[in-house]
Amino acid sequence: MSIYMDYAATTPVDPRVLKAMEPYFSEEYGNTMSLHKQGRTAKKALDQSRQTVAALMNAQPDELIFTASATEASNMVIKGVAYANKNKGKHIITSAIEHNCVLEPARWLEQQGYEITCLPVDKYGLVDPSKLEEKIRKDTILVSIMHANNEIGTIQDIQQIGKICKEKNIYFHSDAVQSFGKIPIDVKQTNIDLLSVSSHKMYGPKGVGALYIKKGTKIEPLLHGGGHEFHKRASTVNVAGIVGFAQAAQIQQQEMAFDAQKQTKLRDKIINKILTIDDSHLNGHPTKRLPNNTNFWFAYIEGESLLMHLDMEGIAVSTGSACSSNDLAASHVLLAIGLKPQEAHGSLRLSIGKYTTEEGVDYVLQTVPKAVQRLREISPFKNGWKQ
Amino acid sequence: MDNGAGMPLDSRVFEAMKQYFMDDYGNPSSSHSFGNAAKSAIETAREKVAQLISAEKPQEIIFTSGGTESNNLAIKGVAYRNRAKGNHIITTAIEHMSVINICKYLQKEGFEVTYVPVDKQGVVDLKKLKAAINEKTILISVMYANGEIGTIQPINEIGQLAKENNVLFHVDAVAAAGKVPINVQEQNIDLLSVSSNDMYGPKGVGALYIKKGTKIVPIIQGGGQESGLRSGTENIPGIVGMGKAAELAQSEMESESKRLIGLRDNLIKGVLDKIPYSFLNGHPTARLPNNANLRFSYIEGESLILGLDMYGIQVSSGSACTSKTLQPSHVLMAIGLPHEQAHGSLVFTLGKQTTQEDVDYVLELLPDVVKRLRALSPLTPKELLR
Repeated sequence: MSIYMDYAATTPVDPRVLKAMEPYFSEEYGNTMSLHKQGRTAKKALDQSRQTVAALMNAQPDELIFTASATEASNMVIKGVAYANKNKGKHIITSAIEHNCVLEPARWLEQQGYEITCLPVDKYGLVDPSKLEEKIRKDTILVSIMHANNEIGTIQDIQQIGKICKEKNIYFHSDAVQSFGKIPIDVKQTNIDLLSVSSHKMYGPKGVGALYIKKGTKIEPLLHGGGHEFHKRASTVNVAGIVGFAQAAQIQQQEMAFDAQKQTKLRDKIINKILTIDDSHLNGHPTKRLPNNTNFWFAYIEGESLLMHLDMEGIAVSTGSACSSNDLAASHVLLAIGLKPQEAHGSLRLSIGKYTTEEGVDYVLQTVPKAVQRLREISPFKNGWKQ
Repeated sequence: MDNGAGMPLDSRVFEAMKQYFMDDYGNPSSSHSFGNAAKSAIETAREKVAQLISAEKPQEIIFTSGGTESNNLAIKGVAYRNRAKGNHIITTAIEHMSVINICKYLQKEGFEVTYVPVDKQGVVDLKKLKAAINEKTILISVMYANGEIGTIQPINEIGQLAKENNVLFHVDAVAAAGKVPINVQEQNIDLLSVSSNDMYGPKGVGALYIKKGTKIVPIIQGGGQESGLRSGTENIPGIVGMGKAAELAQSEMESESKRLIGLRDNLIKGVLDKIPYSFLNGHPTARLPNNANLRFSYIEGESLILGLDMYGIQVSSGSACTSKTLQPSHVLMAIGLPHEQAHGSLVFTLGKQTTQEDVDYVLELLPDVVKRLRALSPLTPKELLR
């Protein structure tokens, strides 16, 4: 038995995606900048892909650039908007539960003389838009709030945040890595100026991301070089990867509603059953939540031991963000929603996807309670936390 | 014959990549078995790339999204890290646009850059390079070989010079890696950029060699992947593909480069013999095995490309990265060609699948195409048309 329940970390490539990519590896291998026939074929594939991915967020194709990852896209936003608008001001607002690909560049800017305001979140992980409004100053140049959180699945009120940013004439960036292709996003309607998305979280290949940059937005490139991607991102274009991303976007355009409905049902089944375990708690919001995300904390045990235990039973899960799962610090997201470090360490994320079956869920729901019980039996904290 | 711009993936490379799309698709940062499989795949690839350039340790290799990102990471990473020590960078006039544009950006940021000239064969002037070094110099960045004119630089001498002066040495080896032997230890190289795409691996992957102990700051920050120097979920199939491509390049380099040099020299000799007023750009011998850059008086390279495209021959007039601008190649200008001569140049980059028959086919067609274009050109002297 092998059950993958870590779709928030990465997804397998959809077979239809790989099929679309294959010709671009060995037959249509031209460089998009070359003038000859193979070059033109590659350029055409790139243009069509741009259109497809842009359509899924209701952007114009020339407002979308491809990158090598969403991390790169978010780095470009934070640093690129900061550098290009430093004459207007050096203040940036973000939230305490952003992904490290937003927080780390923000910390770097802090060392360079910028000022960062990190908004707190409530116990569900929600940013309060009125608090955001209070923090906006004359020298604020950028607000970066993620659409949905990668660990706890909470979906922010980006409609309201976008409205505030528009009224105050401040750039609004949203990291939509976890939500793109899973729930609808409309950059025009929500007044988003910059949006980072990733291919490998939605059944496309790894090594590809994209950044929506609303026309007229002032931003510096992160990678300098040739004139690719409207002079915003240099490097030979990864045609096969981009074609794969576009195929994944096209599939999600058609299947998103169906997938979301199916996964929401499975998600709620998981939540209801897991919460029957004594001293178990849901992290994140019960309803303003990604269709594929569940996240719990179990008193008296370590998430890491639970993860190892489940891995031996053939179940792949996570304790938090994959990016930080190899370090031992408690998740900054769980601390921000008010968990104590020992509680945060007892957390488990089960994220489901397109290929998750009812049988798979049932097997997991049989296995997790037993694993929790066994770990509690050997836990030094079984009689409560040491004070 | 435009392998310099994009190469087909070796089928053995795709075979190696395949399983990482739908089967072993884990995120290497995950602690479960899917994650572990991905992690070990990266480490194997890292070893293979390290071997190709004779790095001391696999950990000295950082995977990136391509040669351009590697160059950005190396040059900006060193510049920002060493700002307190100095703000002077030395490079050459014929570097790839990524290096030149990074340097221009850094100049706006307050760095000083010396662009050392090259001779008419494209070889960097060592005396001028040496003279440019001052107490504020923090980095020398010189390409291993030029992708456009094929000239290979005296890397050993430059490495020695950098070492003696205690300056970091970065080499853009995108056009050279996998084609000519590179030994970062013996050549005193501190940072070296390579690209997968230029050695029959997939596009969208590259690597940067960073010698142990060399301190740089990252340009892409986040989850802390690649020893904190390059965040972002690793492109596993791409990295595996690059590893396989590096392994194949290493094992086949000796025989393949011998074969390519034979074809290259047949092509060059054939063109120079058959076509009057044709010239070789770049160095006759210190040159990449797969590169022939030829210049034809009185005509435009662009019309030649289109003329040859009709016969199914794909070539380029310079670097693919700049082929859509109408500016003459900065490389050809740097070796001293006037505008009209630079515009009349054509780059042939040969590859694994190029055969003697292909070379013969070009040698059969090219003289006629050149002749026809010359007949249409107002620049052509009348006596040449008779």
